[in-house]
This record gives sequence, C-alpha cells and structure tokens, in this order.
Amino acid sequence: MMFRRTLLTAAVAAAAWLSVLPAAAEVFNPKTFTLDNGMQVVVISNHRAPIVTQMVWYKVGSADEPRGKSGIAHFVEHLMFKATKNLESGEFSRTVARNGGRDNGFTSYDYTGYHQSVAADRLGIVMQLEADRMRNLIIDPGEVEPERLVVLEERRSRTDNSPGAKLFEQMNAALYLNYPYRDPIIGWEHEIRRITVEDLRAFYDKWYWPNNAVLVVAGDVTVDQVRPLAEKYYGVIPRGPGIKRERTAEPPHNAARRVILRDRRVRQPSVRKRYMAPSHGYGDKRHIYALQVLSEIIGSNTGVLSKSLVRERKIAVSAGAFYRSDGIGPRAFTYYASPAPGVSMEKLEAALQVEIDKLLKSGVTAEEVARAKSRMSASAIYARDSAGRGARVLGAALATGQTIEDVESWPERIEAVTLEQINEAARAVMIERNSVTGLLLAKRPS
Amino acid sequence: MSRARLAGMSAAIVAALILTAPLARAAVKVQEAVSAKGITAWLVEDHTNPIISVNFAFRGGSALDPDGKDGVANLVSATLDEGAGDMDSESFQRRLEDLSISLSFSAGLDTFSGRMRTLTRNRDDAFGLLKLAITRPRFDPEAVERIRSQVLAGLRRASENPRRLANRAMFQTMFPGHPYSRPTDGTLETVPVIKIADLKAFAARRLARDNLVIGVVGDITAAELKTLLDTTFGELPAAAEPWEVPDVTATATGRRVVIEKPIPQSVIRFGQAGIKREDPDFYAAYVMNYVLGGGGFESRLHEEVREKRGLAYSAFSYLAPLDHSALIVGGAGTANAQASRTIDIVRAEWKRMAEQGLSEPELNDAKTYLTGSYALRFGSSPRIAAMLTGLQLENLGREYFDIRNSLIEKVTLDDVNRVAKSLLRPENLTLVVVGQPENFSAD
Repeated sequence: MMFRRTLLTAAVAAAAWLSVLPAAAEVFNPKTFTLDNGMQVVVISNHRAPIVTQMVWYKVGSADEPRGKSGIAHFVEHLMFKATKNLESGEFSRTVARNGGRDNGFTSYDYTGYHQSVAADRLGIVMQLEADRMRNLIIDPGEVEPERLVVLEERRSRTDNSPGAKLFEQMNAALYLNYPYRDPIIGWEHEIRRITVEDLRAFYDKWYWPNNAVLVVAGDVTVDQVRPLAEKYYGVIPRGPGIKRERTAEPPHNAARRVILRDRRVRQPSVRKRYMAPSHGYGDKRHIYALQVLSEIIGSNTGVLSKSLVRERKIAVSAGAFYRSDGIGPRAFTYYASPAPGVSMEKLEAALQVEIDKLLKSGVTAEEVARAKSRMSASAIYARDSAGRGARVLGAALATGQTIEDVESWPERIEAVTLEQINEAARAVMIERNSVTGLLLAKRPS
Repeated sequence: MSRARLAGMSAAIVAALILTAPLARAAVKVQEAVSAKGITAWLVEDHTNPIISVNFAFRGGSALDPDGKDGVANLVSATLDEGAGDMDSESFQRRLEDLSISLSFSAGLDTFSGRMRTLTRNRDDAFGLLKLAITRPRFDPEAVERIRSQVLAGLRRASENPRRLANRAMFQTMFPGHPYSRPTDGTLETVPVIKIADLKAFAARRLARDNLVIGVVGDITAAELKTLLDTTFGELPAAAEPWEVPDVTATATGRRVVIEKPIPQSVIRFGQAGIKREDPDFYAAYVMNYVLGGGGFESRLHEEVREKRGLAYSAFSYLAPLDHSALIVGGAGTANAQASRTIDIVRAEWKRMAEQGLSEPELNDAKTYLTGSYALRFGSSPRIAAMLTGLQLENLGREYFDIRNSLIEKVTLDDVNRVAKSLLRPENLTLVVVGQPENFSAD
C-alpha cells in the first residue's frame, strides 16, 4: 500500500521526517549553486547504490492559500500529474515507471514537493519531466472534477473516517486563532467543493516559478554532473515575478481552550495538551534548540513523563511529548497521554498537569540534559545512513526560510544548549492561556 | 485524450527508453559469515558510516500461539527488551538510550523477528544487550503488566480503525479454523489470560539456533562478525521445539462480509487464494499483479477506480504468500453510496485479467519498472539487512540480488496469461466491507 499524490499532515509524514531533525556538521555535506533564474540547487552525494532522487520543493503550501479556499495547494499537487502542453494526463508517472522509477508528491503547510527516484543514469529524463510541468501544466476542467472526487475520498479516508484525526483538525483550528495553520492542509470539505478551475490556475500561475523553487538531487551523482543538466532543463525557464509570502500573525491568546470530541467508536481515550511555540520562522527563536532538547528529555522512553505516569503510578498506558521547529509560522509543544483502564480522564489530565507544573517549578537536571544531547548527537550520525533523508531535511529547511548552514550546524547548536536555556524556554512557552487541550472520549451512554 | 506533444520532448524520452541498458543492480556483495559454533549470517560490508544494522528472524510465529492465547508471540516481542539479565526494564531501556542503540522485536504469522542498530563505537555493548534480551529476558511482572496494558490499548484503538478491522476480517474469513485466522496481536479476550509462564515457554522453545537467520549490514568485517555471532547467539538452544502448522488453501469462495460502522467511507477489502513464494509461477503472478493492482499509478485498478471515475483515493492489490498458504488481496475506500459500484469495477478487472491477460506492451512496461526499480530498495542499511533475512527465510540464494532481475525478465506473455487464467477467480472473490455500504449486503 502506498500514498501517492499525497498530502503530508503535520501528524504523519512530516513528523516522521523531521521530528528527530537529524542534520549534523558535515553530515550531509551538500553542495549548492543557484541558476540565473533564481532556482537554488542542492546536491547531496551518496554512492551506496546507483540510484538518485530528485526533489523539487516549491515555497508554497496550504498556509499560502487565499482565505476561504482551503485545499487549493493540495489540489494543485494532484493536478500536477495530469496533462501539460507536452504530456498527456498520466504520462509523467508512466514515463517514470517505464524508466524503472518511482514518483510521488506531497503538500504541507509551507511547501509542496515532488520527487522521483530512478537509476542514476536517468536523472536527465526526470529533470526534463519535472521542468516541463513547472510552467506548462494545463488545468483542464474535465480533469478537475474527477480529481475533486478523489480528493474528497482522500479526506474521508484520512480524516472523516477517524475520530482521532477529526479531533486533531479541530484542535489545530483552536490552537491558531488567526494564523493559516488553523485550516487543514487537505482543506475543509465545503471549501474543497467550491474551488474553481480559475482558482487552481491562478494559484499555479502565481507560485510555480523557478525562483520560488528549490531543486535537491541526492544519490549516486556529483555536483559537476548535476549542474549542466539543471542548466539545460531548469535554467531555460524564465524567472517569475518576485513573490512575497504574506502571512497573518497571531493575536495575543487570552484564554486557554478545550476541545472535546466524543465518538461512540472510541475505545481508547486520550488527551493532548498543545502550547503554541516558536519555530525557525516565527516567534522567539532563541528557544528553538532548547525546546528540542526538552522534548527529547520529556518524550523519551525513560523520560520523566513516561516514568511517572506509566511506570510508577500506572495511570497511563502511554505518555510523552514532542515538538517540531520547522515552519514559517508558529508551531506547538505537545504533551500526550492515554489512560490505563479504570483511570478517569480527569485524574489523568490532573496528573499530567502536575508533571508540567513540576517541570516549570523545578526545571530539568544536568544529567537529563547530558543524556538527551548525547542521543541527539547520535541521531545526526544515523541520519546519514538513508539515501533520501538529507534531501528531505534540506528541502524542508530551505523551503521554510532556513539555510544550509542552519541544518549543517544543528549538532553544534544542540550541544550549545544549556540547562538554564531549557528551563527558560519551558517557562516562556508553557503558559496556560497559550494552550489548547484536546480530549478524545467515548460517547456517554444515552 | 491524446494531445499534441512537443517533438523534442517525446523524442528525447523515447530515445532514452530505447537506450535502456541492463539496469544497474545494487552494488552490494553478500558475504557469508559462519561462526565457530556454526551460526551463519549474511553480511553486506559497508564502511561508509560508523553504523551497524542487524536483522534476524526465528522461523515460527504467532500461528503457533496456544489455543485461546492468541497474542503470545506478540506480547513476547514487546517485552523481550523490557529487562534482561541483571537489569530491570528501566535500567535496560536506559542503557539502550544512553548508547543510542535501537533494539526491537516483532511477531508475524510465520516468524518472530528482531532488529538492532548501533554506532560502531558501541558495537560490543549493543550485541551484548541483544544477547541478554534473547537469552536472559526477565519478564518481570511489572513490565509484563505494563506492556500488556499497552497491547490492550492498541487493540482498543485498532477496534476503531476500519482498515485494521477489514484486514482482520479478511483473514478470519479466508482461514476458518486455521491458525492464520487468529490475529497476531491477539484479542481483548485472549491477551488478558496470557500468563508469564506462556511468555517464558515461548522464549525457551522458539528462540533457537536451528530456526534462526541473520542479516548484517554496515561497518563490520566478516571476521569481527563471526566472533560476535557466537557470543550473541551461541547460548541459544541448538534446536527449537518441533512445530507444525497445517498447509491450508484459502477456500472461502465469494463470501460477503459487512462490518457496520458509522463512518462516511466504506473500507473495502477483496481477496482469494494466491500463489506461494516457491511456486515456479510466482514471478509470472508478480508481474501480472503489477498490472492488475500492484503498480501504483500504472495499475488497472488505479486507472479504472481512481483516474477514470474518481471513486477512491487508492485502489490496489498485492500478493500475500505465507509459509502454509497464499492470498492475493486488495482494497479501496469509497463513499458508502459507491461501495457496490466500486466492487463491480474490481470484479470486472479481475475478470478481464483472467480472460484476456496482458498485452505485450503492458508486459514490457511491467518488466522495465520491476527490474529498474529493484535498486531503489537498497536505500538504507536496516532495509538491506531486512532483505538479507528475507532471502534466507525464503530459501533464495546468496546470489539472489544479482539474479533477481533476470527472473523477472524470463517471464513470458504466455506465462503471465496462463497464470492469470488459472489463478484469478472473479466469482470466488471474497469481499469485506467496513462502513455503511449502500446496495451491498452480507451473505
């Protein structure tokens, strides 16, 4: 089973890619250059197997959609596999497959990506195909309507069929009062239904330009091999108008929020508490690396939360925390727990709050900090192992305003985090009025 | 729907297709390391990164769970790393964390497997912890009860998940009365009655040297590995307790199962008897399935269900060979009102494939993809280590990575069409639907 032409939700794929944010000084060792039309190119050599992955990241995501039109970015991603001025609908993927390659796409809040993996000697072919659809897509009404049905089925499959996913969607809408991350990447159903062909064309025409894209090539290839191909296929595309990403900002949060979803299908309840938190692109960036270490301390298998709630008090079957820092907009620091049988949600939620309060009062220990840093440093070594990992990490970073230097110096920045900075970051972020608590509960018997 | 195409572009792509050389195979050399005690591992040496990945499997899985205790193998898999030797759960887990070693186990119907990854600098500690886990697991009551409650929570969550429900119902329907009908992770009824003695018995009887296969990839030489094989696996009993799982043919024919759930999308699974891995026609069936529903964008099910009609986000099929049986199964998800229409299309495609088979161009496209994409599987050391284990479990040779593409190339149109005709029985498709399907009812 596979997801194709698919969207990344914060909960699923992007988290899997970036939650350990593994990038170390001289880990990926990327080479970079920029074409005359403004398209940045990044090359990561990895000669384990004679394969290469091409990724093109557009600096546009669901958070760049016009208000009331949620779902356009993802819809356009689906249509990118349809006809262009030079290719029939479906011919893109068919050609990749006939060359023994795989291809796919994904959409997130801040970026939209397309990628193919092929034998290294086929790089020119997939570049030609990818360059073609940057400016030549035909958005045909006859193809839009069946694809809209596919998107609606995708929404049912991912969200509407799952109580947990529905709660997550509602919590996001509550966490962000004004920032566009409040709208789901796939879009609200009523808005997906009324996206027009003109909306789709306007969105594509506005954002799909070389100076708004990053090309990442990873695998059995060198920068000297990539440069002439990139110039030949992408270099000939004219530079587009300069585009500024306009984003709204969050107003002060004056009240904590609670979101409760009851569904008779729920057999295992759970609670999440999310605090809005800074990211590389938003808020007080001083805290980013400290929060990463903190989430490693709290969220690990033997971390303080699991130790107290699961191992010692046995009131939860699972408990932990996670944080993501990549993004143009505000992110969240998230706690989660799921009760042991017979334990009320009130009791579990109170116990979770006690742990959070304890952390804010007493802070973390030097030993916890050292252990977490050591694990994070190792994760940067493991990150080198996978051929595609560097491409994904660097692409996501560059599409959200970070630099290669930011990614490559990650281990040093983690190493530099102090205990005092962690405690300061925790106190800056874990403020009640900036939080949303979500409860997934079984329906009360009527 | 054909469109004018720029001559330049098509010409370049066509040329590339014609020039298709034999596709580069993954540059991996598989060595065999045999220890003094006769323990064998397959090894791909790769000193690029200071990382070692180990994958291993014991033949015999959850199909051997005692009657009424479905879920024993799975519960063992989740508790082996929860304390061993002198270390209780927390000490053991802390040690793994502090050395940045990942160690985990899992149970399947036919195997019990494990994987470990370590940095070279912690190699001996890592193999030492692995050894403790498989030879001196503690199964302390605290750990077992904690993990049991997590397994039960997982089962309760699975009972909300329509895909999990549909998959489970498919196996129950296809293998009535056979161990394959029982869920690997057990049930809300069986997991609570599993005793610690059952877990200890599993570890003592099933984890042995004669049913063990090992794959290793990374920063280690064959000579170094040989020593570690004996120190790590050498204390396991020489032989596992003999076992027997009866061979079974998936006989369910045309069953229709509906699991009513208040959800907007019907989750559909379809299946029938398949083809075993060692069958000489396996590769022909594999190529056939690529065209039918295995090929992502390029498959007929995808084209008919998604591209032409927008009925589903995904429609797929795959071969599911087991040690003692085989299935070909597939699935789709569609709004409740369209469930019966989607099923009609699946059945029609099943019939078309059985009666008409493939065309020559379809066969060629399938072969080009399947051979060309093989190298893409070699993307990380844990994946390659798992492939090494898989080769040994399937009794494929050490040279398999080198010859695999030629086995695909050898498949002829006659082979595929003969296998399609004998294998696919549209009238025998068993259907499971979770949701509120309209115009579709259970038998």
